[in-house]
Amino acid sequence: MTTLTTWLRDHSPSSRLQARAGQAWLGWLRMRRNPLAMVGLTIVAVLLLMAAFAPWIATHDPIAQDLSQRLLRPMTNGHLMGTDEFGRDIFSRVVYGARVTLYIVTLVAVTAPVFGLLVGTVSGYAGGWVDQVLMRITDIFLAFPKLILALALVAVLGPGIENAVLAIALTSWPPYARVARAETLTVRNSDYIAAVRLQGAGPSRIVWGHIMPMCLPSVIIRVTLDMAGVILTAAGLGFLGLGVQPPMPEWGLMISSGRKFLFEQWWVATMPGLAIFVVSLGFNLLGDGLRDVLDPRSTAK
Amino acid sequence: MSTTDISPRAPSRLKRRAKGFAGLLLALAATFLGLLLVTFVISRVVPIDPVLSIVGERASQAQIEAARTRLGLDRPMWEQFGIYVMNAVQGDLGQSLLTRRPVAEDVARVFPATLELATIATIFGVLAGVPAGVLAATRPGTWIDQLVRLIGLAGYSMPVFWLGLMGLLLFYGILGWVGGPGRLDSGFEMMFEFDVPRVTGMILVDTALAGKWDIFANAVSHIILPAGVLGYYSMAYISRMTRSFMMNELSQEYITTARVKGMPEWRVIWVHALKNVMVPLITVIALSYANLLEGSVLTETVFAWPGLGLYITNALFNADMPAVLGGTVVVGAVFVGLNMLSDVLYRLVDPRAK
Repeated sequence: MTTLTTWLRDHSPSSRLQARAGQAWLGWLRMRRNPLAMVGLTIVAVLLLMAAFAPWIATHDPIAQDLSQRLLRPMTNGHLMGTDEFGRDIFSRVVYGARVTLYIVTLVAVTAPVFGLLVGTVSGYAGGWVDQVLMRITDIFLAFPKLILALALVAVLGPGIENAVLAIALTSWPPYARVARAETLTVRNSDYIAAVRLQGAGPSRIVWGHIMPMCLPSVIIRVTLDMAGVILTAAGLGFLGLGVQPPMPEWGLMISSGRKFLFEQWWVATMPGLAIFVVSLGFNLLGDGLRDVLDPRSTAK
Repeated sequence: MSTTDISPRAPSRLKRRAKGFAGLLLALAATFLGLLLVTFVISRVVPIDPVLSIVGERASQAQIEAARTRLGLDRPMWEQFGIYVMNAVQGDLGQSLLTRRPVAEDVARVFPATLELATIATIFGVLAGVPAGVLAATRPGTWIDQLVRLIGLAGYSMPVFWLGLMGLLLFYGILGWVGGPGRLDSGFEMMFEFDVPRVTGMILVDTALAGKWDIFANAVSHIILPAGVLGYYSMAYISRMTRSFMMNELSQEYITTARVKGMPEWRVIWVHALKNVMVPLITVIALSYANLLEGSVLTETVFAWPGLGLYITNALFNADMPAVLGGTVVVGAVFVGLNMLSDVLYRLVDPRAK
């Protein structure tokens, strides 16, 4: 352990790997000092574990109905969070719901930022009319309120989890394009790019290999900060019945089914909402912490 | 801009400003055209055949052809788009399949409810968010700062529809402090329908103008919860931005000067610094106003609030695409308009922005 930390703290790293690992270690130390960020990290870790080990954590089958057990209060008959109108265990449904949420979040997180990154870097590096056209398109998508455009898209594509992901991804790429373009503009005229160009690298190689990596940190921060928004939008679509379809345990959908029993059986709508709240808060806290660690401007002070 | 400005550079400044506004208008037009293009594309890939939904399943080939020609669907795509844009500019957004009325008319009828809700929510957001942000900025690192930050983060993390339901459960179901879903109790609804002349469509304004204070009070009890829920979100955003603007302002030299002169601290903060913070804050407030339109879709569903958001979702469930897309265009246009307005206001208020 001590040899590992001395290796990480070495002031004159002997390999690229060591230098990178050292940087990451320093970042980790900085983040560990921020208690709120650590809370966020814990929440996200718990979400991951919950999704991975759902069958072992859940106490009941999330889909099996048992009408003799319907609408039980929390903590009765071994139902931690009570049961819903079909007698399904809410706790187990919340646990399995973590899988659905993570599925949506992951798919959006690997599509929208990549597309935004591509548009932004090409636009920033090419300049001229390419830049103009791409940025106008970006502006148009930014001009729509996200949820409304997602609603219209789902209305056309039909409800379902894949279409919800597509709609959310289509509405959330523009900010990444903006961020990537801004980063590209700051590096495109630097000496190292000129050096690469002199060596004969073409535009696609420069953008892909030398500009995109520079944009990654700020895009990653944005992604983490946006994850909460993605979760909320997905839950909103689910709540309106346009996202995940029953009987799949999606948190937004569960809230909407609990709406009918709000005043008599409050727990049906309350529990999944708490899950959404805690997970979004986790991503927000983690994103804030990551920004403080990765953003060189904020570490300066 | 004052007309008594007689400095020799005045005309050129005026000209430059006019040029700036012309550029803005052009960008506005381009964005609006883009908005229409997106909704047009969406409306053409929709699997529901607009002809079939008009003539019915059993129509003959000739009837279908006639309907196609009447709807202009036999013309080339670009021509159809041109017609679509011309109609939209003249305020024709098509006809709702559900209500059998022009979409523009429907939107005009439901919009005041949304406007009323969003306005009250923004007032809540500003009244709570600005002082909270200032308090946090003047005491960085203290528990007040942490509390403001945490309240803001919670706002960013809570599903608006869930918060609305929890509010209904607590303040309506358990405590009985506020009115339930809808804009009025059903008894008052009839009174409003027959006794109050419609001026703006906003119940609070119309009843106040007519002097019907009992209906007014009932409307207040109904709007306070949904507006509070939406206001919480705009407060989260406004307090966060106020804090960062204020921190920036407090490190300026003129603040030090004011303090050195012996000016009381409250005056330094609430008069000198806040005046300068208000400039970027106007943009933030306009943006949060625009964002409330989006939040209103879910909030209106939860509170059965008969506004634009509920109109769009209802249309969605009835596969009424003209109404969905018409509503989307209107929301997008208002969104773009507010963004542009905040830009213009910023230029007007801040002499440094040229």
